[in-house]
Amino acid sequence: MSLSQEDVKKVASLSRLALSEKELAQMQEHLGQILDYFEILQEVDTENVEPMAHAIELHNVFREDEIRESLPREEALANAPKTDGKYFLVPEILRQDK
Amino acid sequence: MSLVGAPASELLSLMEKGETTAVEVMQAHLDQINQTDDKVDAYLHVDAETALKKAADVDARRKAGESIGPLGGLPIAIKDVLCTKGVPTTCSSRMLENFVPPYDATVMQKLTAADGIMIGKVNMDEFAMGSSTENSAFKKTKNPWNIEHSPGGSSGGSAAAVAAMTAPLSLGSDTGGSIRQPAHFCGVVGMKPTYGRVSRYGLVAFASSLDQVGPFANDVQGAALLLEAIAGHDQLDSTSVPKEVPSYTASLDEPLKGLKIGIVKEHYVEGINEEVEQTVRDAYKVYESLGAELVDISLPNSKYCVAAYYIIAPAEASSNLARYDGVHYGHRAENFDSMIEMYSRSRGEGFGTEVKRRIMLGTYTLSAGYIDAYYLKALRVRRLIRNDFDEAFKKVDVIASPTSPNTAFKIGGLINDPLAMYLEDIYTISANLAGLPGISIPAGISKAGLPIGLQLLAAPFEEEKLLRAARMFEKETGWTSKRPTLN
Repeated sequence: MSLSQEDVKKVASLSRLALSEKELAQMQEHLGQILDYFEILQEVDTENVEPMAHAIELHNVFREDEIRESLPREEALANAPKTDGKYFLVPEILRQDK
Repeated sequence: MSLVGAPASELLSLMEKGETTAVEVMQAHLDQINQTDDKVDAYLHVDAETALKKAADVDARRKAGESIGPLGGLPIAIKDVLCTKGVPTTCSSRMLENFVPPYDATVMQKLTAADGIMIGKVNMDEFAMGSSTENSAFKKTKNPWNIEHSPGGSSGGSAAAVAAMTAPLSLGSDTGGSIRQPAHFCGVVGMKPTYGRVSRYGLVAFASSLDQVGPFANDVQGAALLLEAIAGHDQLDSTSVPKEVPSYTASLDEPLKGLKIGIVKEHYVEGINEEVEQTVRDAYKVYESLGAELVDISLPNSKYCVAAYYIIAPAEASSNLARYDGVHYGHRAENFDSMIEMYSRSRGEGFGTEVKRRIMLGTYTLSAGYIDAYYLKALRVRRLIRNDFDEAFKKVDVIASPTSPNTAFKIGGLINDPLAMYLEDIYTISANLAGLPGISIPAGISKAGLPIGLQLLAAPFEEEKLLRAARMFEKETGWTSKRPTLN
């Protein structure tokens, strides 16, 4: 199954990955080959077979709702790319003048 | 005798008898790192001072007659996918190059509680995606048996560290064979436990329904010892299974009577290396000579494993890796005009080719219009694969097969052909899809001098049986005592 350049660009955008032209071209080739290989699954009759998300299926896992210590703010922010010591800083999302 | 290359049990017994100390053991392994790692390139981070301090602490407690944990001061190499408090955890990715976790993974806490000592963090394929450790953003680890060859992956650093005798034990993670295949390539023991046997808390997620942490060792006893220390239910991982952990070391030396070994007819088709096949067939004879019965079985859906896996694992990865957005931790790009651009540039710069490929693949197969044809189809096939194993394990105790169709390939050999690289996982992947425990043990050496492993699989939570079966083979053949010559 071949993927168009547009398809690849759309997937890159959905994936939030900025890719170079060279990377896009290589993705197009490799993803196409891999998707072709997946066609083999069409041979398998899966009528009335339930999807299996986990091999060891546990259900309704609960624990006591106890108060526990949480990570101190300083430690939680220690790896932040940008912080003012109180918050994680991100670029402006809403502009007042627009 | 040499402290490096000695099995864990021997080192423990020497320390208990007072013939050596944890500090001496640690120093010998740190010296071995200094002597070999410029060639092998297994280690990303070594803190000799802290490791020696911890060893001295174990020695002091031992001397004072206090009780010492079962790992008794042994040096253990840790795959850089496990969170270690205050110690960099990079996943071999630019994305996490400067990440220092504020907490320990549960397995690290257990390791410390058992008096195991981390000797260093070791290299891997970026975010555990790959079968050669070439996808590391930092360095290419070499196979200690021949440095032109790959150590396998993704836990290539963990396998190479044990093979190069820089640690008797190490921890890795296995999502599709990432412990067993490098164990086969590097001539060491590597084990993937049943899904849910070991906590995943603090294991950086790749594919959450497939990932398991497991041990590497230079003999089967070491693997049993380390598994015993890390296994068990954890409140912090809701997929860990509340089931008691038996003492794997206690029963290890009891041979299994009436052992039934399954031989899968679908395993011996085209594409398997002759020497690998012969080695595995010889291993069957060894088991027969030990009184085991060989039983032909069929896993009719095994040929669909690779396709199902490479849909499911990247789908889960694309979702798991969405967390790397340059906000809370990890790499953030310098130039961008908007929030969305900050995300995509940070991710475009921080991730390597294979990680991007899998995120793209997962995003595609989960996207509107394709999810039924790919993702849900793969999950249905996954159930059929599991059903095949359930049927097989009604007839046999363990299934014996090659670990991988070839011996260690050359570095650079497959890196530009992702599909060919994926097909190397053909024997290991099914255990992850079906949640089964599996082990790879040394079973021979090729004419070119490269190790060949034997893979054993068992039904869920049958680790004890698996280890005992592996031990029988080890005792009879002695392949686990072979060490490479490092010049």
